[in-house]
Amino acid sequence: MFGKLSLDSIPYHEPIIMVTAAVIGIVGALVLGLITYYRKWGYLWTEWVTSIDHKKIGVMYFLVALVMLIRGFADAIMMRSQQAIAAGGAEGFLPPHHYDQIFTAHGVIMIFFVAMPMVIGLMNLVVPLQIGARDVAFPFMNNLSFWLFAAGMILVNVSLVVGEFAKTGWLAYAPLSELQYSPDVGVDYWIWALQLSGIGTTLTGINFFVTILKMRTQGMTLFRMPIFTWTALCTNVLIILSFPILTATIAMLTLDRYLGMHFFTNDMGGSQMMYVNLIWAWGHPEVYILILPAFGVFSEVIATFTKKRLFGYKTMVWATAAITVLSFIVWLHHFFTMGAGANVNAFFGIMTMIIAIPTGVKIFNWLFTMYRGRIQFTTPVLWTIGFIITFTLGGMTGVMLAVPGANFVLHNSLFVIAHFHNVIIGGVVFGMMAGLSYWFPKAFGFTLSEKWGKRSFWCWLIGFYMAFMPLYALSFFGAMRRMQSYEQSEWQPLMIVAWVGAVIIAAGIACMVIQLIVSIRDREKNRDLTGDPWDGRTLEWSTSSPPPNYNFAYLPKVDSIDSYWEMKQQPGGFKRELATKFEDVHMPKNTAEGPIMSLFSLFFGFALIWHIWWLVGLGAIGMFVTFMFRIFNKDTDYHVSAAEVEETEREYHKRLEMQA
Amino acid sequence: MATDTLKQHDAHAHDGHEHHDAGAMKVFGFWIYLMSDLVIFGTLFATFGVLATATAGGPTSQEIFELPFVLVETFLLLISSFTFGLAVLAQNAGDRGAVLKWLAVTFLLGFGFIAMEVYEFHHLIAEGYGPDRSAFLSAFFTLVGTHGLHVTFGLIWIAIMFFQISKQGLDSVTKPRMLCLSLFWHFLDIVWICVFSFVYLMGAM
Repeated sequence: MFGKLSLDSIPYHEPIIMVTAAVIGIVGALVLGLITYYRKWGYLWTEWVTSIDHKKIGVMYFLVALVMLIRGFADAIMMRSQQAIAAGGAEGFLPPHHYDQIFTAHGVIMIFFVAMPMVIGLMNLVVPLQIGARDVAFPFMNNLSFWLFAAGMILVNVSLVVGEFAKTGWLAYAPLSELQYSPDVGVDYWIWALQLSGIGTTLTGINFFVTILKMRTQGMTLFRMPIFTWTALCTNVLIILSFPILTATIAMLTLDRYLGMHFFTNDMGGSQMMYVNLIWAWGHPEVYILILPAFGVFSEVIATFTKKRLFGYKTMVWATAAITVLSFIVWLHHFFTMGAGANVNAFFGIMTMIIAIPTGVKIFNWLFTMYRGRIQFTTPVLWTIGFIITFTLGGMTGVMLAVPGANFVLHNSLFVIAHFHNVIIGGVVFGMMAGLSYWFPKAFGFTLSEKWGKRSFWCWLIGFYMAFMPLYALSFFGAMRRMQSYEQSEWQPLMIVAWVGAVIIAAGIACMVIQLIVSIRDREKNRDLTGDPWDGRTLEWSTSSPPPNYNFAYLPKVDSIDSYWEMKQQPGGFKRELATKFEDVHMPKNTAEGPIMSLFSLFFGFALIWHIWWLVGLGAIGMFVTFMFRIFNKDTDYHVSAAEVEETEREYHKRLEMQA
Repeated sequence: MATDTLKQHDAHAHDGHEHHDAGAMKVFGFWIYLMSDLVIFGTLFATFGVLATATAGGPTSQEIFELPFVLVETFLLLISSFTFGLAVLAQNAGDRGAVLKWLAVTFLLGFGFIAMEVYEFHHLIAEGYGPDRSAFLSAFFTLVGTHGLHVTFGLIWIAIMFFQISKQGLDSVTKPRMLCLSLFWHFLDIVWICVFSFVYLMGAM
């Protein structure tokens, strides 16, 4: 009846897990209770769950990402605490099988369920507004993408309490992830969580690629697009081309585990080296999927807060395009030590170093934009400057790792850990935090507290350096990654310094939470009535904050880069004239099919993990039938009446006049 | 080309709004989806290339491939692509009856292809040459089976299309879907030609 699932699958004997589960249960029950008490279920369902509004979907992605950031960070601080204690062969407080799940979960969560949804969330919120569109190309698919991603996220979290998570490291290298060495359900959780969310990501990639190419407003040629939209376009190209590799690779591992095939097994001709090649053929583009939109954020932030057009717009675009192409021919640098031979290693080493050139171009573009600009040191600018310094440092250690000779010494050491946190925290996280404080007023209509934003930044920056600089040093003494315990007690002082760094980052996260609370409390004081709180340059600032669900009453016309800024520079300045005549606006309708299909996909995935075959069938049939409902549903769009548009616009103008 | 056809057709129906041509966008989006699907096949082809000789003491490709059988399969699929082309031509001419007729013929041909593939797989497994016998056979079954799975989805889609067109006729919803399905079907044909050449022909040599 329940396949491999039984009551023994719940780890009662693990106090850490049980306490965590209890806390999650209590907080969850509290949230559900509050929703019920305030009768918000209907509101949640109609305004959020079934919404196809790209702005709301973007907000939901970001919200999930922030919650998962806390979960991923809890894993991080447990690892740092373990390593601070477990010196001289001491056991610490985490047994190996638990420690292994934690470092796996930490990697998987931070990449797939924190960084990815932040990037995709920002893309959702900003891209249609920047290109002057009313929605994305396929609004239903956008909703479905989010809920598929959410189903994957739920599976990862279920694994905490029901069964266990993978103990293989975040990429589940074969043959360790094969049935022979990982007979439990951990790897299966990994497989189905990633498959579900990965399909959602691929659909998002297609959706935004088409949106950007087909739905730009009149006059917005490719070389007039805002840089964030450019980086989003390149990221989507990478998603479309690389995520199918992940899907296929995980599918092959699945066949090995479920049908006894021999793609990556030790015996019967399987090739483990092929697994590592395939997973990194996706994995390396993946890191650029994350960093390119962050580059886009910094470009927007710097141009806005220095009151200058971005230095070298075209070189920025070409650098982005060059990185997009190059990211596909560097994957082998993740395993120089495998023994592909000197010539192959030399090729991939050189390619890796070459990718630093377009990145360097970008760094100089940002610096030259700031040069002689009137820089306003707002929170997003602090994140940007912190990024430029930190990311440059991380890039240089990356070039060090690109030297195959050096790599043989540093492979699998803490140097690698320090390097990629240096670029991912210094790049992606700082970028997303900058994007959050920059575009938050657009999404919600009020600005975030600068005071707590800056505190958060300083905690993150100092905490990052304290947590990861010691790891560079330790790696030269031979400290490897993924150590549950180590003999050398002389490493302990630096491990404790790293732990302190993690605690300071925790303070940074706390500041973020306080920032949100304080800002919501003071929202009336910090209202953004004009829709343009930063004196921005691109189209998203030309509409109200938050924008009406149709974004623009009239689609704007564009004739230059930073066209909104140019409009404002016209003699007499830019005035938001109220149009004299309004038209009906054609919009897609909300739909329940996305969340329902995803709910069935969740059953489907969970049942496959536990070999509950009837539920597998039920999930599959449920998805199919729901999809058929969608196919035969003719009632998918509606018109916002001209009168309603007029009313909304008049209200906005009343606010504008009051402000003036 | 498919996009152009659609644009011409929708030009009449355009209601003067500034919203974007939804049908053309769907077809374009579907092209992009096909390109990403192609990457899945590319991955499986590369895997097959690596594992083709990893027979682990089991049968080699020369021992198990029967080219005449596969040739018949190939022709079924190629002809079905042609008949789907006729269905699209009928759609352009606005002839619903002919669309349904050619869809049905395409379905039968595609079904014949799948039936033959299932027979081939069953035959191999019954002889003890299943996908768990060696890495080569894993790669073979997965590559050919993934294509077969796509064709099966195509068949289901054809059946749904048949039902929907007979119910609601050729309109702004069904026409772009027919074009997407047509792209899908021809795409599977092209992938099969690669399977036939790289897997069967090169394997049997």
